[in-house]
Amino acid sequence: MSNTHADTVSYVRDTMLMQQDPPSTSVGVVGWARGNLFSGWFNTILTILSAAFVLWLLAGIVPWVVSPTWNASSLTECREILAGHEGACWGVIHERWNQLLFGFYPQELYWRPVLALVLLLIALGPILFADFVSPKILPFSAVYPFIGAWLLWGGTIWTPVMAALGFVVGYGVFVLAQRFIVPGLAFLAAVLAALVWWLVIMPFALPDLARLIPIGLEAVQSRQFGGFMLSITIGVTAILFSLPIGILLALGRRSDLPLVKWLCVGFIEFIRGVPLITLLFVASTLLNIFLPPGTNFDIILRVMIMVTLFASAYMAEVIRGGLAALPKGQYEGADSLGLDYWQAQRLIIMPQALKISIPGIVSTFIGVFKDTTLVSIISMFDPLGLANAIRADSAWNGIYWELFIFIGAVFFIFCFSMSRYSMYLERKLQTGHR
Amino acid sequence: MKKTAIFGALTVAGLMAGAAGAATLDDVKARGKLNCGVSTGLAGFSNPDANGNWEGFDVAVCRAVAAAVLGDPQAVEFVPTTGKTRFTALASGEIDMLARNTTWTLSRDADLKFTFVGVNYYDGQGFMVPKELGVSSAKELDGATVCIQTGTTTELNLADFFRKNNMSYEPVPIETNAEAQQQYLAGACDVYTTDASGLASTRATFEDPSAHAVLPEIISKEPLGPLVRHGDDEWGDITRWTLNALVAAEELGITSANVAEMAASAGDNPEINRLLGTEGNLGEMLGLEADWAVKAISAGGNYGEIFESNIGESTPIGLARGLNAQWTDGGLIYSPPFR
Repeated sequence: MSNTHADTVSYVRDTMLMQQDPPSTSVGVVGWARGNLFSGWFNTILTILSAAFVLWLLAGIVPWVVSPTWNASSLTECREILAGHEGACWGVIHERWNQLLFGFYPQELYWRPVLALVLLLIALGPILFADFVSPKILPFSAVYPFIGAWLLWGGTIWTPVMAALGFVVGYGVFVLAQRFIVPGLAFLAAVLAALVWWLVIMPFALPDLARLIPIGLEAVQSRQFGGFMLSITIGVTAILFSLPIGILLALGRRSDLPLVKWLCVGFIEFIRGVPLITLLFVASTLLNIFLPPGTNFDIILRVMIMVTLFASAYMAEVIRGGLAALPKGQYEGADSLGLDYWQAQRLIIMPQALKISIPGIVSTFIGVFKDTTLVSIISMFDPLGLANAIRADSAWNGIYWELFIFIGAVFFIFCFSMSRYSMYLERKLQTGHR
Repeated sequence: MKKTAIFGALTVAGLMAGAAGAATLDDVKARGKLNCGVSTGLAGFSNPDANGNWEGFDVAVCRAVAAAVLGDPQAVEFVPTTGKTRFTALASGEIDMLARNTTWTLSRDADLKFTFVGVNYYDGQGFMVPKELGVSSAKELDGATVCIQTGTTTELNLADFFRKNNMSYEPVPIETNAEAQQQYLAGACDVYTTDASGLASTRATFEDPSAHAVLPEIISKEPLGPLVRHGDDEWGDITRWTLNALVAAEELGITSANVAEMAASAGDNPEINRLLGTEGNLGEMLGLEADWAVKAISAGGNYGEIFESNIGESTPIGLARGLNAQWTDGGLIYSPPFR
């Protein structure tokens, strides 16, 4: 036996060979390039042509973008610096970037919108990133709208406090009334109580409170808002409020109660049938004619309401799509567990419907955020409106691309972040059903 | 809550409609600020600087009125308006006066119910062409492609002019002046037409302004002036005579430099004395202080000074006085007597 192979096999390996790296031409950059860029004559030609095209574009764009004009104080000075060469005039961004970000907000108060933005991110933490941020700060998220508004507009602290107390009053009345009457009526009573608080008690008590305990920030007028601050203020408000309103409208549209159903259908179809710009014109000009002279119904508030209503109608339809995609079994399952309508919605229907609708919801958010630039037409200074105003300065008249590139880049950062977040959320909620 | 507010407001609006418009002067004094509507941005006429302070030719009119009424040229709340929002802003009382390069026309006066208190700039529609085109008169523009802002009176004027002269043209519709600059420079059209002041300021921004010429023909009348609502003639008088005071000051040689000195005591010229309040009671007749015109002139200088510092030949916009010279110099700028 021992010599069986001695004649047939001349050599027997008795140790394992060390594993070797794959050939250098099939791994790393070279391997990737061979596999993806040069895998055949056709792809090679395509690759070379594309590379040439990209290089040609860059050769045109890079020298224009990289231009030593950061400190120029006018277009004429830019041209002197460039001395006949093609190049961007970045001095306009250097001189006006404060204005593009904050509009005419007083410079010494810039910390307030910045703080409001930071607090907004903190308040959104437990909602957006529930895995990483403790839900203990949820109460802070609930009061954030009041803090944020107070930081932005300033004035006495009693305005947001009293406005917030209105909700407390409403809730208290609701709890109390529920003991005596049916929930529907109790809810009505709560709304009435809150309205009385806001419209009667608050205007009455506010001046005295502000005088007795004068805590407050310097007030900033809505007209001084501008730039990205204005876009973000309007956009974030519309985004935050349109989701809950949209959910209610979507549920209302599928409701069995004819009155609720037709109200919701009417609202959604009316708002979706009208261009946003029309609603903005109504907010800015028509209301002015109807309101008595001297009424101070803040223009930003009016615009926020209109944009929110507009976004809500679209949101309602997106969510209705999610609801329609749920199999009937889910509804029947909820019924068989003995859940009432709101429990079923909260525990079973909405979590699934919202998950399905995430791409649509985020698209609507992004659309709303970009639509805020329309307010420049009703003479509010959003970034695009400011671009026009800056060009009217004789130092910068004739500037075009630099401003739009800057504005476009900032918008891209915001919208791209939203879109990445939606992808993260989709992956996180992926439960493998489909 | 919102709906309640709106419905409530609708009811009240009906009741208040009659009361609106009266006693603007009292409102302004009580507020301590003049709400003045200006353009959201038009080179030389109104624009915010890097610190958010408004400057420009129209802005100066607002400041003069604020100085005359409130004694402080800074006591102005500038309300930026677009071509679409300007008239509703004025009609609804959001602003007390509008100084936004607005052309005085019959329909705006009678149908929209505004009162134009005068003309602070006589403009007209003109043409700009590249010099290499070799055109020296608008009558040689037969067959040209023309960049034109849509939805404006300039569009109609252009059509009229070409029809009258039996010529044809091809319009290139554009939305804003900035877009027009880009299109014109890129060669999308042979001719750019808009108000002559706009052409001059656009040309001034070009890398090589000398390669372009503004043709001599002016094909329309565009008298631009401040306006107020119908129904408050006292307020109309104040704005009208503030503008006139600036014009008269130039004619009489009163400048921001010498106005304080001339107003210190009555001089030999009775009209100067009446204007500056050292003689007579013109201020009282308007419901203002005796030195209202002194303050208005101190705010930004007389009409000529305002013109020179905002749109005149020393600025990048570089407009010549032309029609806007004093009547004594062959222009149309003319103030009725202060008597």
